[in-house]
Amino acid sequence: MACFLVSAAEAVVVKGIEKHEEKVELEKIENEEASAEPEKIPLSRKLKWLSYMLWGGVVLLAFEHVWHGEVVPWFPFLTAMNDPADASEMFHEMATVGVTMAVLITVTWLAMCKVSDMIMTRKADDQVSSEA
Amino acid sequence: MTLLITVFAAIIATVKWYTRKDDTMCLGMLVFMFWGASIMWLGDAIFGYAEDKAAYFTPAPMDMLNDAFLGLSVVALALIIWLVRVLVTDPKGVVRKSMVKSTLKDKSKKEAHS
Repeated sequence: MACFLVSAAEAVVVKGIEKHEEKVELEKIENEEASAEPEKIPLSRKLKWLSYMLWGGVVLLAFEHVWHGEVVPWFPFLTAMNDPADASEMFHEMATVGVTMAVLITVTWLAMCKVSDMIMTRKADDQVSSEA
Repeated sequence: MTLLITVFAAIIATVKWYTRKDDTMCLGMLVFMFWGASIMWLGDAIFGYAEDKAAYFTPAPMDMLNDAFLGLSVVALALIIWLVRVLVTDPKGVVRKSMVKSTLKDKSKKEAHS
């Protein structure tokens, strides 16, 4: 009904954190406080992955809801809002399906971050062993 | 069906991204979009399965057809978003080059007339 709105809210928050983190990292580079580990993937880039996944999912799921007539281009935009019973069902769906979707994406992203860090450390180790 | 089509699109986009020759086509964005949507539909499918049990895997033919249409439309929408981004950011400078070329052509035509 409107399960994608939970992920949309998360996407907005993530985008804000990503922009802030980008600013902080840029300031660090300008102040030449770059970390001793040049091979480390910056947090802002990792947040960009999460942001892309969330926004992509939200846009495509919003399209699905338009397809099924659950989202309309006029106020109140969600057809479930016209009836209190439907609205309560919609909020229940947001709390269950919507939260599950957001959690699944976030868990996948955390796993991606972990794997990418492992790959970067492996590459750095390979470089050190080849130089030795 | 929508989930299946999106997962296949995500796999194809990922393989394309992995075997890409250069980094200019913004394929990463497409990959993340498809995987994001796939994961979200997976969440939906989990609740669908919990509700319908085995019947979830035997949908009515009309529902399947509608879902297949939806899946293909979703893929088309994602590809359009990606294409617009590629054309607007113009990473290979193709759009700019063609615009400069046509502008120069127009200029030389005007000069020839005058």
